[in-house]
Amino acid sequence: MFLYAPIVVLVVMSFNSGRSAYTFEGFSLEWYGELAGDERVMGGLVNTLIVAGGSTVIATVLGTMLAVGLARHSRSKVLDALAFMPAVLPDLVLAIGLLLFYGLIQLTLGLYSAVLAHALFSMAFVAAVVRTRLSGADSSLEEASRDLGAGPVTTFMRITLPQLAPGVIAGALLAFTLSLDEFVIAYFTIGNTEQTLPIVIYSMIRFGVTPKINALAAILLLVSFTAVIAGQRLTKIGERVPRAQD
Amino acid sequence: MLKIDGITRRFGDVTALDDVTLEIEQGEFFALLGPSGCGKTTLLRIIAGFETPDAGTVTLDGEDLLSKQPNRRPISLMFQSYALFPHMTVAKNVAYGLEQEKLPRAEIKQRVGEVLETVGLSELAGRKPHQLSGGQRQRVALARSIVKRPRLLLLDEPLSALDKKVRADMQLELKRLQNEVGITFVVVTHDQEEAMSLADRIAVFDRGRVCQVDEPVALYDRPRSRFVADFVGANNLFEGTAGAKDELETEDFGVLPGTPAEDVKQGDKALLAVRPEKIGLSQVSEDSETTEAAEGAEGTESSEVTGETGLKGTVVDVSFYGGVSHISVDVPGRPRHVLVAVQGASEVKPGAEVRLAWQAEEAVIIPVDQ
Repeated sequence: MFLYAPIVVLVVMSFNSGRSAYTFEGFSLEWYGELAGDERVMGGLVNTLIVAGGSTVIATVLGTMLAVGLARHSRSKVLDALAFMPAVLPDLVLAIGLLLFYGLIQLTLGLYSAVLAHALFSMAFVAAVVRTRLSGADSSLEEASRDLGAGPVTTFMRITLPQLAPGVIAGALLAFTLSLDEFVIAYFTIGNTEQTLPIVIYSMIRFGVTPKINALAAILLLVSFTAVIAGQRLTKIGERVPRAQD
Repeated sequence: MLKIDGITRRFGDVTALDDVTLEIEQGEFFALLGPSGCGKTTLLRIIAGFETPDAGTVTLDGEDLLSKQPNRRPISLMFQSYALFPHMTVAKNVAYGLEQEKLPRAEIKQRVGEVLETVGLSELAGRKPHQLSGGQRQRVALARSIVKRPRLLLLDEPLSALDKKVRADMQLELKRLQNEVGITFVVVTHDQEEAMSLADRIAVFDRGRVCQVDEPVALYDRPRSRFVADFVGANNLFEGTAGAKDELETEDFGVLPGTPAEDVKQGDKALLAVRPEKIGLSQVSEDSETTEAAEGAEGTESSEVTGETGLKGTVVDVSFYGGVSHISVDVPGRPRHVLVAVQGASEVKPGAEVRLAWQAEEAVIIPVDQ
């Protein structure tokens, strides 16, 4: 409970009518209003959604393929470990590595480089989630499909994917949430011209904490929570197979 | 029709199949029988295309099968787990194979309707697999396999997931279906009773090798190796040396009557196998050595079983199974009890002294492996 106290304080203070982030003076929504009028914040929000959305799409597609490939066509433990490496690697190491790599291939930094960077590390999370689902799935279903005359592509689309759907969706939502409030990697790889929301917040904090930042954080919190809860719900739906009535 | 020639498959240093050669005829109900781990399922998976052998060929009507992908083989496999698609209804499951053939929708609908009728599931077409009982699921799996009219249907332990009563029903159902659709069936099972009651011919597997291929009755009456004699049905085995004619000389039990198999020569080390229901059992009264009551299979109650010819032993246990009773008899010099089966309830009580005997034609003398 103690752990959640700061979060509660943060949300409460975002409704403060005064300028202080520490003393509550009265209820008001003015900071939320001010947020909407702030171009930097709104620009950051749009960028964040672009980066989160773009990287989620890439990470979900590649992560699912990675999980299926690893589970069905490889027995290598090393490959397995390598695939999940970006998830456990310190963000800073990944960020510096990516920055150096982008420099090496002379890529101009911008939104797309941040999208690619986020896709890389969320892919590992998607793969991990899908992999868990896959290990519970019955590979004889795919064999049955082949046996009934379906080729590998049809089998994947009509049998494997529907089995994996809850895992894929949960993985996508996880990737989206992770990207939404990711700071280190975004900061290193987005360049000078664009900013995501966490970077905007960081630069605002340098001039002192106002309830405006609280309001912004509260919004981020709401979005993340929604995504996580939706993800859990969907995974549960997939797992809840009613018992047969024999 | 299906020719399996010299198939060998190794997993690491385990040889799952060792030079297996079999020929299965058109329209036959063929069983691959063996204990778990004997390679029978591996062979099934090779025929279906999910496993590749290290050596050997498989041909269907002279056409090479091994070079074809599983989805290009005119063969259906019914999985042990049934492998029904959980996100599709019964009708969709059955239609799946036909949709792959790009048949017109009307024809698919008609054929799905027909096959569901055949297996008696027309009312359940709209259900999902998890809403069905075990027996119903199996019917769906069967319908899904036969709707494509395959040349060959492979069944992997088709009845093992069902309880005893449903299993008996499905056994009849399988036989009926096979007659009706005229497809060649190859069934894999570890249950010898199942194999005997279903199949026209049985191949017995042991550690990746085919021990014997025969019709059920021949397999039961004339096993050709210790493994088959022991695995198929209950048997009483005695070790010894083949005697002059129709007998086995043993160290502990003297000369025992039996019919030698063709490849057993006088003086060879051999094994005598006699079925529990072929043994005649007669009670020995305590004061005299005369027979008091004789029970057992027909023909063994004659005077031949009395006197000095039989084995002497003590009854250890009598179990009543309804139609038959099993009597375990401890014969001195034998680590395993001799098992005798008699019709109906038995009057013998544990502790009774009995004499066991059988006629030469009721027992077989088989060569000892190696």
